[in-house]
Amino acid sequence: MRNDLVLRVVGRLMIPSILIFALYVQFHGDFGPGGGFQAGVIVAAGIVFYALIYGVTATRRLVPDCVVETMVASGVLIYAGVGLAGLLLGGHYLDYSVLGHDPVHGQHRGIFWVEVGVATTVCGVMLKIFYMFTSRGNSED
Amino acid sequence: MAISVLAIVVTRNLFSVIVLSGAYSFLMATVLVALDAVDVAMTEAAVGAGISTVLLLGALHLCKSLEAKPAHKPWLPLAVSVATGALLVYGALGLPDFGDPDAPIHKNVVPRYMKNEVEVPNVVTAVLASFRGYDTLGETTVVFTAGVGVIALLRRRKQGPEKASGDA
Repeated sequence: MRNDLVLRVVGRLMIPSILIFALYVQFHGDFGPGGGFQAGVIVAAGIVFYALIYGVTATRRLVPDCVVETMVASGVLIYAGVGLAGLLLGGHYLDYSVLGHDPVHGQHRGIFWVEVGVATTVCGVMLKIFYMFTSRGNSED
Repeated sequence: MAISVLAIVVTRNLFSVIVLSGAYSFLMATVLVALDAVDVAMTEAAVGAGISTVLLLGALHLCKSLEAKPAHKPWLPLAVSVATGALLVYGALGLPDFGDPDAPIHKNVVPRYMKNEVEVPNVVTAVLASFRGYDTLGETTVVFTAGVGVIALLRRRKQGPEKASGDA
């Protein structure tokens, strides 16, 4: 579908807005609806959209497998690392209150990093599953 | 929604089943918005209608697009699901009214959540990431495990002795 002008133009318009919207959902999740899980899925959806237009091979060049696999693992590590940071700073595991100079600030910081971790893992897993399924029967490209 | 479910059950073409389930997810998302559960609605629209439709299409690409005829009549599974549904409806009759302020779930920990000592305006995020941090860590681990499972099952073994070991 690479040569379809309409799809290409619409994709060029849509994909950046999808990614920006994902960032908004991610970082505005404290104030409005959203959070790490939704943001991760939206990023993955944007990249899958790219793959539908330009083909999986081009997408794998853009977002290589090693990056995706690193994302899968590093999200959980970020989350667990936030817990460990709380432990090292003298609180309980996953106790964010000690991460900042006052408890509320610490909570905000902890929630921020936890959401980053969730988004990373979710996006990585979705992309990995998509790659795995599409690369098995690669008769289209 | 009932129409799309019936159509999913009746039709034998898996492609239309996938499209219909995507439509079902969007309808479900609108219902959730109407119930003021915007976070869940967003997830439903993104995961149910977006990603899983694409994943199912990818899976459909690998197999035949026509559902096989069932080997025997579906009366026993139908009876089981109807019985389960009836049981759930019967159980739901015992729940407190929708939006009832005296319902038990509003009496125990919810006042503390609503007082919102972490001062995050979105209570859902506060509950998910802070009060229930362990749960969310577990959920992230579940997602991670699912990804690792898919990798382990579907990865094509690279031919060659150097990649054959330690490559799960």
